Amino acid sequence: MATTTITLPQTSKASGYSRAFLGMFLRDLHVLRRELFPFVLRIIMNPLLFLFVFTYVMPHMSGGAMMNPTATMAEHAGFSFSTVLLPGLMAVGIMFSGIAAVALPLAVDFGSTREIDDRVMCPLPTSLVAMEKVLFSAIQSCLAAAIVFPLAYFIPATRPVVHIASYPFLFLVVVMASLLAGALGLAIGTSVKPQQIGLIFSIIVIPITFLGCVYYPWTALHSIKWLQIAVLFNPIVYMTEGLRAALTPSLGHMPIPAILGMLLVSFALLSWVGMRGFLKRVIN
Amino acid sequence: MTPGIVSLRSLQKTYPGKPPVTAVAGIDLDVPVGAIYGLLGPNGAGKTTTISICTTRALPTSGSALIAGVDVVKSPSEARRHMGVVPQYNTLERACTVEENIQFHCMYFGFTAAAAKSRTAQLLEQFHLTERAKTYPNQLSGGLAQRVQIARAIAHSPQVLFLDEPSAGLDPQSRIAMWDSVKDLHNHGITVVLTTHYMEEADELCDRIAIIDNGKILVEDTPQALKASLGASTIYELSLRETTPAITAQFQQMPGVTAVEPTPKGLRILASGHREALLPQLVNTASNNGLLDLSITEPTLETVFIRLTGRELRE
Ligand SMILES: Nc1ncnc2c1ncn2[C@@H]1O[C@H](COP(=O)(O)OP(=O)(O)OP(=O)(O)O)[C@@H](O)[C@H]1O
Ligand SMILES: [Mg+2]
Repeated sequence: MATTTITLPQTSKASGYSRAFLGMFLRDLHVLRRELFPFVLRIIMNPLLFLFVFTYVMPHMSGGAMMNPTATMAEHAGFSFSTVLLPGLMAVGIMFSGIAAVALPLAVDFGSTREIDDRVMCPLPTSLVAMEKVLFSAIQSCLAAAIVFPLAYFIPATRPVVHIASYPFLFLVVVMASLLAGALGLAIGTSVKPQQIGLIFSIIVIPITFLGCVYYPWTALHSIKWLQIAVLFNPIVYMTEGLRAALTPSLGHMPIPAILGMLLVSFALLSWVGMRGFLKRVIN
Repeated sequence: MTPGIVSLRSLQKTYPGKPPVTAVAGIDLDVPVGAIYGLLGPNGAGKTTTISICTTRALPTSGSALIAGVDVVKSPSEARRHMGVVPQYNTLERACTVEENIQFHCMYFGFTAAAAKSRTAQLLEQFHLTERAKTYPNQLSGGLAQRVQIARAIAHSPQVLFLDEPSAGLDPQSRIAMWDSVKDLHNHGITVVLTTHYMEEADELCDRIAIIDNGKILVEDTPQALKASLGASTIYELSLRETTPAITAQFQQMPGVTAVEPTPKGLRILASGHREALLPQLVNTASNNGLLDLSITEPTLETVFIRLTGRELRE
């Protein structure tokens, strides 16, 4: 039998941390690569069906627009519904990825499998283990945004009006929205009871989507003032409005500094909640 | 006490709640380097909690825990480098093969991809898992899954390995295989700390044992010394129709008898010396009180536990 004489690489604290972090990142990448097909399927299903029904099937029906009040409203205002949907569906894709990549696996982990134990036991502060999840989820969200964009651009019968004034700004918004989605996933995954995973969709995901200015721009809510203010507590609003500002500015959107500021604030807040929840779950 | 490689001082842990539960009520413990150390105790004794604190998964209410001289509360990340942990449940990554489970573990501990690969190959060999390298964890039997967990836990060559209830849920054959793995690690110089409520396991496997009950250490010694502390080489369990103070006194006077204790069914007689001399006398006297049954055993850790607590280890 071979004698175990392997000594650990003597490294500084920071390099030890970054190696452990990288190790976890590579592990996630490896698992994702193995499950690439379900990953892509998960991302495209929702926007594909939504776009197909609302921007392809309905416009082809006689009087279809009447069944779709938002579309009617959009047409009255002089822009197509597809222009409204493009940033909205991208934001939903980004947000769903955060739920699917962090919240659901964590809930399962804490509920039964405890697979995360081996990562919690690696030589890295526990909060960084949680942060790695957020970061990796953000990468999946960025991929999701990149996958949804062509769908939302090419499927509708009427092409959305896209005007990208600044690519760095678009990039910034996508990255910040993706990080926010990961932090949201962390906060949700560590705060719901594992037995209640099923509720994540009905009491969190669906409400924040429908009240997240996905299917209508925030500015269009001015006629329902209380709602326009109430939705400001919904972080999804800043994702959709940010993407609107970056991709379809002709529609009108919130002021850019407000969007960026609130993306940052929501990210910080949800990370803090999620990190605390994570520590509580893994350390007694 | 010279500080051991695992060194606990006045360790206490109270879980908040209504009512609060004090799981560990002041434990001082030193595990010598290279030992196989057993924490033996009934359900709820505080074994898992003690291990959780040592492995940075629970924070003590007070007291300290050092692993290889590193304080687990002050420097948890550093302390984790020195320990391997196999918890009570299967925590293998279901989405990764056996091989990948070990490889990624190595990488978390700073191995390069190449070093992780060769270390994994070596461990698979050492634990007779080479054929299972590409298997996914949910296709493994309980015994094999546990072997993989042990291999993974020591992949970064820690000085101490913690095993919580390593034989829970294992069939007898897997249990013996697990014992062999542990002894093998011992031969490689790794210190092993394990919890169990099987006294046979503690007896067979451990160099030293701490018997824990209600969050406290009752005694701490080698299994041999613990059994010898009974001052008896033979234990006679008598089932009697009736017990009287007179008969108890009579037994106490017999040569070699060191203790006579009441049991629910009759009496327990601890004795040293030759069996041939005592047995006929015992039977003779007991017959007068309606002897129903008689069993003769050697002292076990179970007996030690019963002597200490008046309860059986497994209820
Ligand atoms: N997370 C927790 N919150 C509250 N109480 C707990 C928690 N974990 C353990 N306890 C309580 O602490 C006591 C000691 O539990 P512990 O799990 O340490 O015992 P144990 O010796 O490992 O028992 P077993 O043999 O059943 O594994 C028990 O009364 C248990 O109910
Ligand atoms: Mg336990």
